[in-house]
Amino acid sequence: MSIDIKNLTKRYPGYTALDDITLNVQKGELVALLGPSGCGKTTLLRIIAGLETADSGSVILEERDTTNLPAREKNVGFVFQHYALFRRLNVFENVAFGLRVRPSSSRPSKSEIRDRVEHLLKLVQMDWAIKRYPSQLSGGQRQRVALARALAVNPKVLLLDEPFSALDAKVRQELRRWLRKLHDDIHVTSIFVTHDQEEALELADRIVVINKGKIEQQGAPQEVYDHPANAFVYNFLGNVNVFHGRVKDGKVLVGDQLIEAGHASGLPEASDGQAFIRPHEIGVSRIRSGENDLAGIIREIRLMGGQIGLELETAAFDKPIEAEIPRDIWRNLQLSKGDEVFITLDRVKVFTGDYEI
Amino acid sequence: MPPYKSNKRHILPGFGLSMGYTVFYLSAIVIVPLATIVIGAFKMDPQAFIATVTSPRVLASYRLSLSTAVFAALCNAFFGFLAAWTLVRYRFPGRRVLDALVDLPFALPTAVAGICFATLYSPVGWMGQYLEKTGIQIINAPSGIVVALIFIGFPFVVRTLQPVLVELEPEIEESAQSLGATRWQTFRRILLPHLFPALLTGVTLSFARAIGEYGSVIFIAGNLPFKTEIAPLMIMTKLDQFDYDGASSVAFVLLLISFSMLLVLNAVQRWQQKSYR
Amino acid sequence: MQTNTTLQEQRKAPLKRNDPPAVQAILILLTLLFFAIFIFMPLGLVFAEGLRKGVAVYLEAIREPFALSAVKLTLITAAIVVPLNAVFGVTAAWAISKFSFKGKTLLVSLLDLPFAVSPVIAGLIFVLLLGTRTGFGSWLGDHGIKIIFSTPGIVIATLFVTFPFVARELIPLMEAQGREEEEAAITLGARGWQVFSRITLPNIRWGLMYGMILCMARSIGEFGAVSVVSGHIRGMTNTIPLHVEILYSEYNYTASFAVSTILVFLALVTIAIKSLMEKNVHNHQPTQH
Repeated sequence: MSIDIKNLTKRYPGYTALDDITLNVQKGELVALLGPSGCGKTTLLRIIAGLETADSGSVILEERDTTNLPAREKNVGFVFQHYALFRRLNVFENVAFGLRVRPSSSRPSKSEIRDRVEHLLKLVQMDWAIKRYPSQLSGGQRQRVALARALAVNPKVLLLDEPFSALDAKVRQELRRWLRKLHDDIHVTSIFVTHDQEEALELADRIVVINKGKIEQQGAPQEVYDHPANAFVYNFLGNVNVFHGRVKDGKVLVGDQLIEAGHASGLPEASDGQAFIRPHEIGVSRIRSGENDLAGIIREIRLMGGQIGLELETAAFDKPIEAEIPRDIWRNLQLSKGDEVFITLDRVKVFTGDYEI
Repeated sequence: MPPYKSNKRHILPGFGLSMGYTVFYLSAIVIVPLATIVIGAFKMDPQAFIATVTSPRVLASYRLSLSTAVFAALCNAFFGFLAAWTLVRYRFPGRRVLDALVDLPFALPTAVAGICFATLYSPVGWMGQYLEKTGIQIINAPSGIVVALIFIGFPFVVRTLQPVLVELEPEIEESAQSLGATRWQTFRRILLPHLFPALLTGVTLSFARAIGEYGSVIFIAGNLPFKTEIAPLMIMTKLDQFDYDGASSVAFVLLLISFSMLLVLNAVQRWQQKSYR
Repeated sequence: MQTNTTLQEQRKAPLKRNDPPAVQAILILLTLLFFAIFIFMPLGLVFAEGLRKGVAVYLEAIREPFALSAVKLTLITAAIVVPLNAVFGVTAAWAISKFSFKGKTLLVSLLDLPFAVSPVIAGLIFVLLLGTRTGFGSWLGDHGIKIIFSTPGIVIATLFVTFPFVARELIPLMEAQGREEEEAAITLGARGWQVFSRITLPNIRWGLMYGMILCMARSIGEFGAVSVVSGHIRGMTNTIPLHVEILYSEYNYTASFAVSTILVFLALVTIAIKSLMEKNVHNHQPTQH
């Protein structure tokens, strides 16, 4: 089931939650709406589900305009951030709810309901908890039940509102992978909302980055990550070094250092901008490997699991550069605090114009 | 996240129905009946109204109601604080029973409370026979009214203070003491200011209740005009004489006092919430 | 009436910041003294006076026809008042807690109005509104409908006095529970009544019951308002508290206290249920966060 969102706008007193959003989701796709909190992503999801109304624009599910359809007729599965399980119903009754409330003409028989619920609970690996109440389950287990409950009514699309954000890190990662696998099995068109870029990158077929009610960029995770369309996206997706600079001769001038940068040749001469580079894209070596290398001194070394974080001070830049290198390279180079190294900055990106988070 | 609010239509069902019924029932049972008194008071001849509410006997009843209510509320500030403090912070046998019984004045019909106190403090009663010898008169005196009002208002203070006392963080006291404050200093300078808004709320509630109280008071008060005749009884007396306008006049002023207490209470509660944020 | 949200679990934890034993002992003794004078003595007195002339007289007092008819009228009144105010309480709490609208704060404070009104005034307003003095009242009288000085008047005055109990209990509870479960039910295709009866009602049943018990206790015990509208027709429009008063003013103290024991017993049951339920409400309210 495809989803077509056209020119959706939603204003609250004092601010605009959604500003003329247009978005298309293909059948069977798993799309992430990624953005900082308050950017409008949850509002968008709730409008699709009918839990919120838009001021203007339309939501079309498989060529049927559902904008003004009440929520209960949309046949959309919705998974809430805090699960919203029915606390007085047990796991079975929770999952069966959507089937039991159907009018008797379209309600499946008791045994059909039982079969379907049991099948779904097996699918989410919760069949052992069929008689339990939500309060007896952990957060991760509750979210699995909530997912089974949403799937029970055979929804045309599945909407998940920050589904893992209330869980602790380990469970979150586990459940994320499991959801990806589940999606590969059942292929229901799904949209999930998250503010966690790692989650979006790992889980989604496509990422839609939203900021202040507008879509900043959309595309495959790798594409968005490697080719951010603007400063906001660059900054929001992962750690980054930012330096203020100025465009000069198709390069960027930071302090008194001229640095090669992709895209910079197309930018107007002498315009102000920011130079971005991710810590892990910075090369560090004992010997100078190219003429553009900067000389720097290691000020701090941080152990960060598999990676080593370095804080590098250079004469050219007014603030230290953060770099990350693999542990074995660090071991081979035998780097320690105070050592002089050469820094390769060949993957700098420059964006001009306004930029704020 | 913004509060979920829809300016077009409501997502959950039944808003029109539930809101309509709420407003209808509220109007039928509360607003319209209360309005009759207000409208009645305005339709009355202003001079007759003023003559009624400023007649010495009525003024004496207002004075008595207000002064005994204030006095009882102040007593409850002390006893209520004492009971809340003891029940929350100390462990002793029977504590849970006492805690439950704090609600007795809420649950016990006021008439029963009234005849109990009247009997207890009568010259031959369990308390009265001893007080008689010391020359303290409770029955048929303003002090008797205060006794009844203390009983009626007591739970308000305890029940507003208890949750605040429970949620008091031990760190506050510990840090004060680690800075060298004595127990008494900690109590006076740290705890008391912190508890004060809740205490004030409770005292105001008990005062507001006491002003209108009738059942528990009339048996012990003796109801002597100018001496122990409370304002609600004044209304009753006028009604018994079929003086409806007089009764409404007295009631109207009493309502004004009660509603201004409600406003005060609202302000106090807003202040209380602010000071806990 | 406050509910002590976190009292239960915190009470179990021993407190480290306790006062010196001497201070504790003095304060506990003072508290006990207060309870002795204001709570235990009246309770004891009711039973002592009621049974003063022996069990036979006691039973006689509560079995005589006037007492029985007072009990009957009281129960009838409660049986009408409690369901009406419960339905209203649930409806109002639904409108207030599940929707956002302008004037909500005002509405909530209007619900509390009856608590601020003296019971005598509560009675007075219905005498004024429905008595023979007003056009409406005399119209009713002309059509043979007697409200004041008869049972309907008692019911209406009691409705007013106990008006806020259920709503007040439910609004904070339902606001704390939020709207998500109802929203989830809607997305699963449930219709309005299904959402309410299958999701909301089970979630609030303890609070609802608790509010109804408070409402019932007050409707049984209400004195001032009922005293104004009843007109004191013995055997016709007496509730239990009014019967107690009449016996007392006839110097029939023993019978008066004997009948009072019924009310004391009901009050103690109410308190017991309340403290049991408080435990229940707080222990079985799984938080889903």
